[in-house]
Amino acid sequence: MKRHLLELRSRVLAATRDFFQKRDYTQVETPVWVATPAMEEHIDAVSAGEGWLRTSPELHMKRLICEGMERIYQMGPCFRRGERGARHLPEYTMLEWYHVGIGSEALLEETLDLLTALAPLGEGTALADLGAEPLIMTVQDAFWLWAGWDPVDAFDADRFDLDLVEKVEPVLAEQPGPVVLKDFPLERSALAACRPGPPPVADRWELYLGGMELANAYHELTDPHEQRQRFLACRNQRQQRGQDVYPLDEPFLTALENGMPSCSGIALGMDRLLMVLSGCEQIQDVVAFSKG
Amino acid sequence: MYSASDLRKGLKIEIEGQPYAITDFQFVKPGKGQALYRCKLKNILTGTTMDKTYRSTDKVGKPDLMQRDMTYSYPDGEHYVFMDDDTYEQVVVDGDVVGDLKYFLLEEMQCKVLFFNDTAIDVELPVFVEKEIDQTEPGARGDTATNVTKPAKLDNGYEIQVPLFINEGDLVRIDTRTGEYADRVNKK
Repeated sequence: MKRHLLELRSRVLAATRDFFQKRDYTQVETPVWVATPAMEEHIDAVSAGEGWLRTSPELHMKRLICEGMERIYQMGPCFRRGERGARHLPEYTMLEWYHVGIGSEALLEETLDLLTALAPLGEGTALADLGAEPLIMTVQDAFWLWAGWDPVDAFDADRFDLDLVEKVEPVLAEQPGPVVLKDFPLERSALAACRPGPPPVADRWELYLGGMELANAYHELTDPHEQRQRFLACRNQRQQRGQDVYPLDEPFLTALENGMPSCSGIALGMDRLLMVLSGCEQIQDVVAFSKG
Repeated sequence: MYSASDLRKGLKIEIEGQPYAITDFQFVKPGKGQALYRCKLKNILTGTTMDKTYRSTDKVGKPDLMQRDMTYSYPDGEHYVFMDDDTYEQVVVDGDVVGDLKYFLLEEMQCKVLFFNDTAIDVELPVFVEKEIDQTEPGARGDTATNVTKPAKLDNGYEIQVPLFINEGDLVRIDTRTGEYADRVNKK
């Protein structure tokens, strides 16, 4: 336990809440213990009794959007089974927010405003790193430049993951400020809406700092039919790989059927942001307890 | 075989018939992508390094490596003969494997010998050995500084940097991991 890091965390959490309160956001708390976790191809949930611990607050927060809330944020624990490393903990703190009526570009501006507001709290080079002008590029350009192929035109899931980690992220690590990779291949759209193009891409971006993925943003998918299809496809893939499959989140799908306004949303790893602000290389250094 | 989730720093694995040690290990997971294990590897035979990334479904070879406690017996031309402490089996170790450690080998010395597919590939000596300085320029009397050094030779020709106060005939302790002077042994 390092006292000054916990004090930094406390200041950053307070400043983050202050940032959203001043922008007319409502802080919400959605269930940590859920009837079914959001189905994703490569995220495994921790089971807990007859339910699971949430891997993300996304689906419940979207239900609040469907019910008429327009700006909501939440900061709280999320759980992912089997994830532990220098940048991963099985329990970590996620900041997630949704903003009705804006697109993914406006959400990026809001995100950069947040980083600029938090940067002065940081130590060492954090102020310069967070405040720098971001480098914004498409996934297609990044892969052409550094991996030599086009994942938007011809997607290869396995090669995409490997090259992202081995070829693209090391280059991003050399950039002084934030880097934004946007317009993901449709196969990696997750819960993002599609942009017709050409070429058609997922309206999704990821923010990197020092080569570390910090946040993932979508112009949200609101089409209930398309959403159900994606969940089913994901479930099939998990089943084929022998991974756990989870029941479809029917209350969420019903909420989408009743109508979800156009909105953008983002998830940001607070522990990783604290790594940047403190200069720590290991995620376990920025939490009070890392082993449960 | 190991599965990818067994991988960790320090583990020894086999790739295309070569033994490697994992010198650095990182669990990574690109956004919405699969879990990957990034390893920095060092070839135990050649010392060359490389990076390799494993998927969680990958299987990784387990090398047939065994470390045996052995006693050094005698040199035999370009080779060195060791005896297994348990089986008394005599094993001939190639001079290339022993390398510069040959200057520190003493009869009856307890060593650890690493075998890969039953061939000796590495010898580990006790961390410190005591050797007598055979040749060196006389140092200035009363000079006890340890940060200023001068060259010296052991009776087997090995050259070593020692502090100025070390004289011919002095017994010194040498760190076998680095081949460098550690301290002077007071004669009884």
